[in-house]
Amino acid sequence: MGIHATEVTAEAGRGRTADSEDAPLLQVKNLQVEFRTRDGVAKAVNGVNYSVRAGETLAILGESGSGKSVSSQAVMGILDSPPGFVTGGEIVFKGQDLLKLSNEKRRKIRGTQMAMIFQDALSSLNPVHTVGTQLGEMFRVHRGTSKSEAKKKAVELMERVGIPAAKERVNQYPHQFSGGMRQRIMIAMALALEPDLIIADEPTTALDVTVQAQVMELLADLQAEYNMGLILITHDLGVVADVADKIAVMYAGRIVETAPVHELYKRPAHPYTRGLLDSIPRLDQKGQELYAIKGLPPNLLRIPSGCAFNPRCPMAQEICRTEVPPLHAVTEADGAPLEGRGSACHFWKETIHG
Amino acid sequence: MGRYVIRRLLQMIPVFIGTTFIIFAMVHALGDPVAAFFGDKAPDPAAAAQIRQQLGLDNPLIVQYGNYMKGIFSGNLGTAFNGQPVTDLLKIAYPTTLKLALVAFTFEVIIGIGLGVLSGMRRGRLADTGVMMMTLIVISIPTFVIGYVLQYLFGVKWGLADATVPPGAPFQSLLLPGIVLASVSLAYVARLTRTTIAENSKADYVRTAVAKGLPRRRVVTHHLLRNSLIPVITFLGTDLGALMGGALVTERIFNIHGVGYYLYQGIVHQDTSTVVGFVTVLVIVFLLANLLVDLLYAVLDPRIRYA
Repeated sequence: MGIHATEVTAEAGRGRTADSEDAPLLQVKNLQVEFRTRDGVAKAVNGVNYSVRAGETLAILGESGSGKSVSSQAVMGILDSPPGFVTGGEIVFKGQDLLKLSNEKRRKIRGTQMAMIFQDALSSLNPVHTVGTQLGEMFRVHRGTSKSEAKKKAVELMERVGIPAAKERVNQYPHQFSGGMRQRIMIAMALALEPDLIIADEPTTALDVTVQAQVMELLADLQAEYNMGLILITHDLGVVADVADKIAVMYAGRIVETAPVHELYKRPAHPYTRGLLDSIPRLDQKGQELYAIKGLPPNLLRIPSGCAFNPRCPMAQEICRTEVPPLHAVTEADGAPLEGRGSACHFWKETIHG
Repeated sequence: MGRYVIRRLLQMIPVFIGTTFIIFAMVHALGDPVAAFFGDKAPDPAAAAQIRQQLGLDNPLIVQYGNYMKGIFSGNLGTAFNGQPVTDLLKIAYPTTLKLALVAFTFEVIIGIGLGVLSGMRRGRLADTGVMMMTLIVISIPTFVIGYVLQYLFGVKWGLADATVPPGAPFQSLLLPGIVLASVSLAYVARLTRTTIAENSKADYVRTAVAKGLPRRRVVTHHLLRNSLIPVITFLGTDLGALMGGALVTERIFNIHGVGYYLYQGIVHQDTSTVVGFVTVLVIVFLLANLLVDLLYAVLDPRIRYA
């Protein structure tokens, strides 16, 4: 029964009905994740909210340890547990809260309705199976396809993501491919069953710059073609600019700023975002010392009180050390609302307008 | 691949000559074999000289070795002091040793890997701690102690198994010696499996397999185990070579007339032909087993290619 139910909703989702236009594809509400380690409880995600619509790209930006990967792993349901635990919140995907589903139901959603692309394709692909086997596995397990049919589909997928001589290469192993080609295979695998949502966790970090652009372009093309929601996790501001619709900046397990992509670059409303933007090398500042945010990311076992960024913030005042700032709606100086903008800073007005 | 195999086979020739010569020289250095022949009594010098001449023992060592090697290549491994050709002894001894090796190997594979997977998947829990402690104990105790204790308990006190193996060595009677012979390797297999399972369960490709929505059973068998067992199988292959070389201690304890038993007899009586003949065959078996392991490794891990 479970199989039929999920397949029906999968079809409905693919139909792009009026329903999916209104409600977001994925809505994460007040998500909290912690790691219970020997040294104590590390609060990796502390009340994160975001949403993604079909065809929309959300970029989640942050340093290592900001909780960007952990929150997406919680969405996929692949958190290493123990030590990781989702301790609160909701993950509403196509109208149902994933956290209330059984493990088996969540498993059936993975790969078919939401898929993930990982950072390092060499270690993320199994070294002892051919790429054909690994691609075909999606059809074999989720669709019950025969072996030969699955292989045919694997070849089609490889052609779809632009791998030359796919028919011959389908029997090769991951180590026989170049980095870019491997990442294409990762993408093909995520795409196999045409999911509604793809989470790409730093998909281009391990690649050199020219290949990065190709892979991002491919991802954007496929997303447009299948009208998928895409969550792009990255620490690279350059990657984000071209493909994302909106950005959420994370720091110490919280979203500190959200904005449509170009507005964020033009007018950051949080000192942390501004610091990130200022630390991008620029041609017109050649010869000057590059700006860097002082200090280190906080230890998640002991997150600073108040605003977690306060020890590194150039604008920090007394209130920043005592009160956690909520995500304020950001407006123009005259109070006119700015669509989709928010900043978790007590001094957002001074940051964006001052 | 073919070239690699040929190269490896050619490499065996110097190893083969070297080991046989060393064994030959070592047995020679043990003392006068003819004196040993007579036991505690001093031999009649004339009779001893005659025996020496008959067996070619009056020639210099290098000539004896040369004669011996000539024999090997015509399929004659020499004659034991009791008049039996060494090849006949091998024919009697080897099937028994093979049977024992097979029993021990089965225990190693099933129990060793089974325990390893169990504790690797439940790291830090009770089952894991238990397996770790048990294997540590087994590794720390010498085989002859385990052998005699189990023989006494199962064979004598409780009468659950044969205390010694009757002639013909039926499989049933080899179960107890098999587990004694397997015990230490079994413990190593369990520990090795546990380590690789624990290591690989954190691997990125296992996470990918989970993200693909594969059922847990498939993640474990197709992705985790398939990778984790590569080093284990390599270890097992080498160990199979060692098992086929007979087991001096275990065969003595349970009175099994296998390779180890005859080898022991040969050493005690300074019977050069028997010792060198048996060891020669063991060397070949071991070299071939090692070659097989290396080839198997390439089959299991596609990243390894021999040229």
